[in-house]
Amino acid sequence: MTTTVQAPRKPATAGRARKNRRNAGTGRFAALLLSPTVLVLALVIGYPIVSAVRLSFLVTHNGINPTTGMVENTTHVGVDNYAAIFSGDTASQFWNAFWNTTTFTVAGVFVETVLGVLMALIMNRAFRGRGLVRASVLVPWAIPTAISGLLWKWIFQSEGIANTLLHTHILWTTEGFHAWVAVLVADVWKTAPFIGLLALAGLQMIPGDVYEAAKVDGSGPWRTFWRITLPLARPALVVAVLFRMLDALRMFDLPFVLIGAHKHSVETLSTFAWYEASNLRYGSAAAYSTVLFLYIALVAFVFVKVLGADLVGRGVSGRKS
Amino acid sequence: MRIKRSMARRAVAVLGALALAGGVAACGSSDNNSSAGSKPGKLDGVGPITLATGKDTTGTLNSILDEWNKAHPDQKVTLTELPEDADQQLQQMVQNAKTKSDAFTVLNLDVVWTSEFAANGWVEQLPEDQFPMDRYLPPVIKTAQYFKKLYAAPYASDGGMLYSRSDLLKQAGIAKPPTTWAEMTADCKKVLKLPAGKGMSCYGGQLDKYEGLTVNFSEAVNSAGGQVVGSDGKPNVNTPDAKKGLDFLVNGVKDGTIPKDALTWKEEESRRGFEGGHVVFLRNWPYIYALMGDKKDSANKVAGKYEVSPLPGLSGIGKSSLGGHNLAISKFGKNKKTALDFIKWFTSEKNERVWLTKNSQAPVYGSLYDDPALQKQFPYLPTLKKSIENAEPRPAIVNYGDATAAIEEQAYAAISGSKTSDQALKDLQANLAKIVKNQ
Repeated sequence: MTTTVQAPRKPATAGRARKNRRNAGTGRFAALLLSPTVLVLALVIGYPIVSAVRLSFLVTHNGINPTTGMVENTTHVGVDNYAAIFSGDTASQFWNAFWNTTTFTVAGVFVETVLGVLMALIMNRAFRGRGLVRASVLVPWAIPTAISGLLWKWIFQSEGIANTLLHTHILWTTEGFHAWVAVLVADVWKTAPFIGLLALAGLQMIPGDVYEAAKVDGSGPWRTFWRITLPLARPALVVAVLFRMLDALRMFDLPFVLIGAHKHSVETLSTFAWYEASNLRYGSAAAYSTVLFLYIALVAFVFVKVLGADLVGRGVSGRKS
Repeated sequence: MRIKRSMARRAVAVLGALALAGGVAACGSSDNNSSAGSKPGKLDGVGPITLATGKDTTGTLNSILDEWNKAHPDQKVTLTELPEDADQQLQQMVQNAKTKSDAFTVLNLDVVWTSEFAANGWVEQLPEDQFPMDRYLPPVIKTAQYFKKLYAAPYASDGGMLYSRSDLLKQAGIAKPPTTWAEMTADCKKVLKLPAGKGMSCYGGQLDKYEGLTVNFSEAVNSAGGQVVGSDGKPNVNTPDAKKGLDFLVNGVKDGTIPKDALTWKEEESRRGFEGGHVVFLRNWPYIYALMGDKKDSANKVAGKYEVSPLPGLSGIGKSSLGGHNLAISKFGKNKKTALDFIKWFTSEKNERVWLTKNSQAPVYGSLYDDPALQKQFPYLPTLKKSIENAEPRPAIVNYGDATAAIEEQAYAAISGSKTSDQALKDLQANLAKIVKNQ
């Protein structure tokens, strides 16, 4: 995420000065070697972001000449695209998309974390066929989201497996709360294994003697889980949850494929921005995307600050300094 | 050489994109596209061109292009295949126009996009005297015109038809398919009383919330004598006639004439519904005619047991929505004279016959529908001709994407029962008025 180039320390003695000069030379050389990467990053990440932000401040008014029928555009700079979030016809659509994005993220990541930790606990036990279970758990994660969207679409058809098993006749892909549930189920199915695997990695870092000590002290399994397993697996788990949240906030393909374009019950900020862009309102599409970008950045910031998600591998103790 | 050219083109496209980014920064400037006057611009320049079209899954297109390229080695046509999905085709063509790129010369436009491309000045006006205007089916011409000027050449048409279970109608003693909604309901009641009709519903269409709903809604409204957008381009949908049309769908879903499942049906789902014996009558396009003849498919219970007729209406034959594609010349393309010659040749009656026989694509010439040899191969041709002749184009609104979204929104609210049809039409009228005013 962030690249820090260590500045050469101040020379303490004359003897070290020579060495430091060489360090400074190395630093310059490193910068030179890195510059192509930085340039490419600026071009493929920096430029689009700046350009999108600028686009979001361009307001276009279309008019049609009543005699020739030709479109006449005027463009000026303003905050109208952002003002439309708070008032006007599209405001309710925006907040609906914002609400869906948030609820998908909160509900989805919560359920995924619970299931993922359960999966990890099971996979962490020594039993026959453990390798097979670990591999098969990854299958949903390996399937491209658009394809899993199609699979779940078949399951949620009016005569699909879901209705047959539940003995219901719900039209899952029509507008309504059931569509939201359908997307959530498909999302959890796909991404719980991701959290499961990362949590498993965390569990395997815990040394066995800690558990032995707990056993000797007479701690039950429930207490062991809350007092030992969870705190020690936390660094890995927090990173997994953060990644999932950032991922869930920009959810696009699942609601789009499973339920359909521009269906309000499952419209997220990403699909709404896509809809605006496909109707040639690039200004408002860019504004919504920018808001989403800031929202994700805020969530990531809060997460790192409050929960101390350890992204750059400083270790648990590095958090405090 | 060819590779070099395509790379150059790509470079131009990239530069174009950058130029656009720079161009919009010039604030307060007014982008005026009034260069298209009342007369068609001069279409000159001879040389290689490109044809931008959706993915051709049949392979017919290449053999037809080979024929042209052999006869015109210095005016070769290169095929630019766009994605199969219509939204993505539109997006790429719009992007091409916005960057003023010459990558696409001839554009294969869906009929509902013509107004948008014409009004933005993205396509050239075409000289009517060079096209056989009197031999086209009349409604087809309307889809190629904007403000009474021709902007595209009709290339493919399409119209909805009513598929009926002929075996069940016969068992119920009904001689021919219904022509009105009332007849259809009455016929259906008789069929449902048969042992074979147990558990069936009457009628199905494409009522999921997507473009198909706009088609089905417009058909219902037009078939009841109403209209969505008047001939003056102003929305006029809050009328008693339009309500009768919408109520055909709303009451149908409410009383079970239309199965609730139809709210999730697109073309293919509705075909499966008909094939599985869930509905007696189905509204769909001609393409399913041949597919449903497949006797090997075990889920298909209707092979050899269906017939087609024009869509029913309130008090007589109904009005279909028009589907199809037109070919237009991009304003930013090169070698436009070649493009014009190519379009004339490509959409000639001879080639339209090939499209029909090889791809079952509905031709734009009336004469092909009357050809006995073709009628033998495609028994639905007379019905389809009647359907297209009676058809209404979908609303010719420049911001078609917004208009169709508004229609889907309100029509869906009404048929799913979350709004009364009165309220839905009132809201639709207000929304459409806003879209037309804002455009």
